[in-house]
This record gives sequence, C-alpha cells and structure tokens, in this order.
Amino acid sequence: MAKVKLVDLAHARSGDKGNNSNIGLIARTPEYYEALKREVTAEGVKRHFAGICLGQVERFELPNIHALNFVLHDSLDGGGTLSLRTDAQGKTHAATLLMMEIEA
Amino acid sequence: MRKITIAAGHGFWGDWLEAPIRQVTGGQIDYLMLDYLAEVTMSVLAKQKEANPSLGYARDFPALIDRILPEIISRGIKVISNAGGLNPTACAESIVRLAKERGLSIKVAVVSGDDIKPLTRDHEFAHLEGGRSIAEIRDRITSANAYLGADAIVQALSSGAQIVVTGRVADPSMVLGPLRYSFNWREDDWNKLASGILAGHIIECGAQSSGGNFSGDWRSVPDLAHVGFPIIEAYENGDFVVTKHPNTGGLVSQATVKEQMVYEIGDPTAYYTPDVIADFTSASLSDDGPDRVKITGVKGRSRPPSYKVSISYFHGYRTVSTLVYSWPEAIAKAKAAAEILRTRIRDLGLRFEKINSEVIGANACHGSLTDHESPSMPEVLLRFAVQGPEEKDVKRFTREMAPLVLGGPPFATAYAGGKGDVSEVYGYWPSLIDRGLITPKVSYITTSDLK
Repeated sequence: MAKVKLVDLAHARSGDKGNNSNIGLIARTPEYYEALKREVTAEGVKRHFAGICLGQVERFELPNIHALNFVLHDSLDGGGTLSLRTDAQGKTHAATLLMMEIEA
Repeated sequence: MRKITIAAGHGFWGDWLEAPIRQVTGGQIDYLMLDYLAEVTMSVLAKQKEANPSLGYARDFPALIDRILPEIISRGIKVISNAGGLNPTACAESIVRLAKERGLSIKVAVVSGDDIKPLTRDHEFAHLEGGRSIAEIRDRITSANAYLGADAIVQALSSGAQIVVTGRVADPSMVLGPLRYSFNWREDDWNKLASGILAGHIIECGAQSSGGNFSGDWRSVPDLAHVGFPIIEAYENGDFVVTKHPNTGGLVSQATVKEQMVYEIGDPTAYYTPDVIADFTSASLSDDGPDRVKITGVKGRSRPPSYKVSISYFHGYRTVSTLVYSWPEAIAKAKAAAEILRTRIRDLGLRFEKINSEVIGANACHGSLTDHESPSMPEVLLRFAVQGPEEKDVKRFTREMAPLVLGGPPFATAYAGGKGDVSEVYGYWPSLIDRGLITPKVSYITTSDLK
C-alpha cells in the first residue's frame, strides 16, 4: 500500500444546488472503484474540506458507473447568488477532492 | 424500431451562440431543445419586466430563431425552450412577428401556469433546506415559479406547434416532452419516463457531455473549438444513444457521459422531477461506435406529489474589487493589503453582512489546502468582496481599493480595472407546492393572429 492522489484513480465533476455542492467521483477502472469505496468516506471528505464545507457530507454509490457522489452541505458561503467566493458554484470542488491522498 | 433525435442547443443563457445553429445545420435532427433559465435568471427577468411589461423573457431566443427559422420550417424541426421566462406570451409574439416579416407562417405554443407569485402573499413556502418560513422574505419577493413537467409540452406538440415557448419547466422535461409525444408513452410508464429524464439530464448542460469540462483526460478531447453539442437518439422502448453530429469536435464516450450523469445530483437512486422519480443507478452504459454511448435499463417510480418552486427575492448590495500583487512575497503582500481594507472598513463604520477576501493563486478555489506561503510566486490577484443591506456603505467601499496602489505594500497594479461596480443581490429560495394548486396552460399564437 502506498499513498496515491485521487486524480490518478478517478475523474470528477462538481456543481451546486443552493448552498450545497455535489461532487461525482468516477473511478477510472472497476478495481479503482473498490479502492474509492473503501478509502473515500464521507468523514474523510468532510475533513478534507475543512473551512469550505461547514455542514455534513453525504455519500451515495453508483456501482453501475463505478462512481461515488458526495453532497457537501453548507459549502458555498450562502449559495450561488449570495456567495462572495470566486467559486460560488463549487465548480472546482471536484478538483479539490482529486487532491486527496488515499492508501491504494 | 422508430427513433427520434433531440439536440441540445445551449447549456445555459450565455452559452456558445453558434452551437444551436450548428445543431440545425450539421445533420439530421427532429427537435432542438434550449435552456435559458438558471436559478437566478428569473430575478433579472423580473426587473426587466417591471421596467417594460412587454419584456421579461430571454431576448437571445427570438434572435436565434431569426437565424434558423426558414431551415426549421422547411425541415420540420421543432424547437422547445424555456426562454419565455416570466413572459412566454411576449416571447412567442416576437417570434411570430419575425416569421410574418419574412412572409413565413408559423404556430407557436405558449406554456404557462408556472408563475405563482400571487400565491406567495398568503401561502407558506417553507425553505426546502431547514424549513425557514417564507415570512422572512415575503415583502422582498421578485419572482416565484413552479417547475412544470412535460405534460403541457406534450399537449403543445400534439397541436402541431413548431416552437414551444415555456416559462419555468424542469430542464430534462423539455427532452421528455417530445419523447412522450413521439412514442405515445403513457404518463405513468415510469421506466420509460425515467429514461427520458436521464436523456434530458445528460444533454441539458450542453457540451458538458460531449467533451467540455471533461476531467477524465482533457488532452484527449479533439477540436473543442468546433465542439459538437450532444444529441439524443431515442427509441420507442426507452433506450437511447448519446451522440453528436459527424465532423464536429469534442468527444462522446462513457467517461464524458458519466461525468454529466453525476452533475448536480443528490441521491442518485431518487432524481426528482415533476414527471417521475428516476433511478440513475439502474442505467447501463455501453459503447455503440465512435462518439456513441448507448443507455438502457433505466428504472423510475411514481412522480412526486409536489412541484418544486423557485422563489427569488431582493437581498442587498455587493461589490467585488481586485488588485494584482507582484513578486517578491506576492501572497503575503496581498494578505497584508486585505488586512488594511478590513481595518479601514471598521474605522469607517461600514456595515456589511459579510466580507470575503481571497488570494487568487493561493486559496480562492481550494481554501487552506493550497494556502501556503510561496515567496517566489510571480504574481497573485487579491479579490475582496463585501455585501450588505445599505447601498451607500457598499458604494463607499468601492473607493478603498485604488489607494492601496500608492499607500499599501509595494508592486500593486491593475487597479483601474479592479474597482468594482455596486450590484444588487438576489437570493434564491427553493420550496415545494402541492400539484393541485398548479394548472399548466397551453395557448397558441399563429401568424394570422397578428394584426
């Protein structure tokens, strides 16, 4: 087991719904999907987004496309129109997640 | 098996103007679908309509139709768009007028019934997240609309309309409408409806499913300058293929389609729409040749008892100012400048609801994860935003950035472009409404109706 960045195992896309963002994390191979399921937990994502995501993180599985979906509550400084952030819609949250390192 | 093709022309209002034209001219299609309404768009349209009651719709849409009208009439291509915004009748009239000026005859359908602003006076619309009462914002509401489903679009197409102009409808319902109409799908054939909704979800954001914003391997996507926007080739049994016109740039692969499937969703087993609750985890993807991905097996269940509602309201004022800081110690100097601004705001007694400073090049997108002192950084952008209830306080702040060029840390530039304007801020308030309170309506305008 070695540390590996998620960007080497997965691709991802993120966007907004009100003041929540969601990140779809898609494994590049079926084997990597097993590693993502095991290592990329809702709690781990919450820690990774400290200071960005102020609410809870929910995780959903899409085994048919080897993907996980994370919903990051209260992560956009009030949401699309009220947010003062450069990334008011969480478009780059996917990239933030891809920086995460896991054991694989 | 019969098939129909539905092309996405836009992913949002402001998307590539040439895309819908290329969808019409680049190959065979039966339907063109165009989304113009983001969550906040309605508040912009409300302001326009307040100033001029004949406005309140996306004026880009009649301008587009003007460019493609002879071609869509001669080839029988039908167009469905939510460009009507808060005034679908005026939008439709302007299209019919264009046709008449060109000596063409046309029938345009108007789908309405989504505007529920009058109901907000005495109904509770608790916030979808957390349940706060509408009373908090009731006297500041600028627009309130229910997301309608495909029913009225099916009715409009059945009446032979060439163009269907709607107000607020759920984006994927604009794709489900022509599918239900073409294949006579029953309104409770949940699996087929779910398949149509997934098809709509995959193309509603334009090039995002055909190679745009693709993080899988962006270098592998050819010729984004001529990116082909996505097209659904749909079959009677609910199966469909995601593809694009031949001889266009971009890429349709399982990976590009997967990225769009997970875009802006919550629980993937319960994607709520006015027409059906779709289960995205039931879809099977397979390759079907170059730039063709086939999707089968989508399951759905009974439509929800409520429509989703989007309410916009006036919130306050904002300004965003920027300043470039050069090496050496660009990040540290930008942060020191932000501290000076915060001190001056306090000294002046300016009242803001919130203040946000970011250093683009260090922490704007990824927060503390990337916020490291990096003394060799060539330059960064300080971005400083304030928001508050008093216009005069926000306006006063706009004078604070430029003085830092002469009176702050060294090597700052680009202040002339960095003085922000004061803009009005509108909030978005999602809620639900019982289906029984909404009556979708369809009316028609033809060339002969015009005086």
